[in-house]
Amino acid sequence: MTTDYRKMWTDLGLDLKMHDALLNVLGGLYKDTFLSQKDRPESMSYFDFVMSEVHGLRIKELMDAKAEGRKIVGTFCVFVPDELILATDAVGVGLCAGAEFGFGEVEKLLPRNTCSLIKSFFGFKLSKVCPYIEATDMVVGETTCDGKKKAYETFKQLQPNLYVMEVPQMKKPEDRTLLKAEYLQFMKALEKLTGVKIDAKRLKKGIGIVNNRRKALHRLAALRASDPAPISGLDALLINQVVFYDNPLRFTDSVNKVCDELEARVKKDKGVATKGTPRVMIAGCPMAVPNWKLPAIIERSGGIIVGEESCVGERGTRNLVDESGTTLDAIIDAIVDRYFQIDCAIFTPNNERTEHIESMAKKYKADGVILYSLQFCSPYTIEAFSVENSLGKKKIPSLRIETDYSQEDVGQLKTRVEAFLEVIKK
Amino acid sequence: MKSVGIDIGSRTVKIVALDENKVLSSAVADSSYDPLAVSKELLNGIDYDTLVATGYGRHMFSEHCECRVISEIKAFAVGARALFPECRAILDIGGQDTKAISLDESGRVLKLEMNDRCAAGTGRFLEIMAAALHYPLADFGEAALQAKKAERISSMCTVFAESEVISLLTRGARREEVALGIHEAIIQRIIGMLGRSSPIPTLVFAGGVAYNQCIGHLLTKNLGIPLLIPEKPQIVGALGAAMEGLRNYTTD
Repeated sequence: MTTDYRKMWTDLGLDLKMHDALLNVLGGLYKDTFLSQKDRPESMSYFDFVMSEVHGLRIKELMDAKAEGRKIVGTFCVFVPDELILATDAVGVGLCAGAEFGFGEVEKLLPRNTCSLIKSFFGFKLSKVCPYIEATDMVVGETTCDGKKKAYETFKQLQPNLYVMEVPQMKKPEDRTLLKAEYLQFMKALEKLTGVKIDAKRLKKGIGIVNNRRKALHRLAALRASDPAPISGLDALLINQVVFYDNPLRFTDSVNKVCDELEARVKKDKGVATKGTPRVMIAGCPMAVPNWKLPAIIERSGGIIVGEESCVGERGTRNLVDESGTTLDAIIDAIVDRYFQIDCAIFTPNNERTEHIESMAKKYKADGVILYSLQFCSPYTIEAFSVENSLGKKKIPSLRIETDYSQEDVGQLKTRVEAFLEVIKK
Repeated sequence: MKSVGIDIGSRTVKIVALDENKVLSSAVADSSYDPLAVSKELLNGIDYDTLVATGYGRHMFSEHCECRVISEIKAFAVGARALFPECRAILDIGGQDTKAISLDESGRVLKLEMNDRCAAGTGRFLEIMAAALHYPLADFGEAALQAKKAERISSMCTVFAESEVISLLTRGARREEVALGIHEAIIQRIIGMLGRSSPIPTLVFAGGVAYNQCIGHLLTKNLGIPLLIPEKPQIVGALGAAMEGLRNYTTD
């Protein structure tokens, strides 16, 4: 980083020593994982820049927004509608939960057998290394899995501005009613926080911004169906991760620039891997920055990732919000309709997810699917068995992998991934 | 045409030297603290046209010696088919990993299952449990077979299972019955893995744990099918690697 942000970090209450340690690890890991790749699209340089300034310039922007009186809302889940946040001129940011940091301290507050994602956001908070959460005016939790639901009770003591939203677990009409009621309540909370009254015009503007962002990501996803793949899975994942941090307009613009470049590549039949490289799709738990372990193993072992069925990926960006409504209530209904379709494994039954995985595998011409779950994440680890059976019936090879954020199992994972690539190689 | 396969495992290094399809020699050594040195020592004096490495240490080895690298799964698939052409499934229980592999008619890998992130159900687990009961590892299976009934071991975590064993012994449980309980606990886990990997028509049991007669006996009893156990179950992966060397040398 070129600019000195130490004063800003100190003012935010970060532990500079721990924070330096984190940035060091992150910087090295980024270099090894991303900058070492061959034939990267030039337009990825924007994302390299964003990552190099992820705790710098972007935080400065958040602080500037705060100085203008705008509020910062931190989120953990794709069930929290960005449209509502943007409608109040607040800035939405996804919070850090992808690294093993400060787990020793975390285990004083949570059982050891809690999933890495939950431990991670506790770890960032306890170690005082996440400038995003320290910059927030409101953090939104949600009752997705049992782990998060109960952990928020403890987290509230560390993060008093935590607001918890209920997310239904089934898809009956009354569950939709519940989701709508929750969104209305969340709207009220946002209005109270920001002093801005949400009306149809404001909400439509928010929807427009988020829909455009989704469209850019859909465009990116569609381009990856080409063989040879025009972009690595790691780079595509990175884009899907940066969406949670970046300014939405600038992000959309940058993704479209990447897509322009990829379109040109596809026309020239150029790619990052040769034709016939085993094409892998990942399905399962979200991968937050800097959780790049499994994708890096897959692509270093000679595979190419062509799609992510994940909250950080297609599950998070699928479907647009219908923009035809004119009254505030009709627009809110459109938002509820869009989010109610998310096929998170917390729902039961959740057959749509299996159908989506199968149709994605077909669309992106995947030779096989890796079902990725975080250890101790019951919804995804359990669902992986039935997904595996369904894929088997359709003759789509799959591999179940359960792991966490540690590096100790890299050798084992490599063995399995290499063998899987040998299996799916044409 | 001479091909050597080397399988660098977590507990042992295995080597097989082939001249065409004829096995010239094979050897097994402890991995020790320096598996690279052990591997080089095993290779010392063997001449070959092609060298293929597999096992946990394959990538480390390939950084120091010119060779090709294949995954253990492929190596075991090729090796098991070479020994038993009718083989459609392989159970390999090594020092650190347990693998269940199913093959199609032509020997291609269809599906694989591996234990997750812990030593439960592996050779290492047996080693620790044998030590807790003060049996030499080589006698452990035989001793368990002497028991008329088994004590129940509920935990498959190596650490917890060891404390379970100790508390059973302090309650006066018979040593061989505890031993049988340990073997049965492993079997339960393996049956689950085999069940997930697919139906099992002809199963080859490989890896160092195949020397344990009690595991073999309980598997046969539970699955209701005879097992195909190689004469030297530990070298199946190294054999597969060497076979793979032959196969590709000719086509390259």
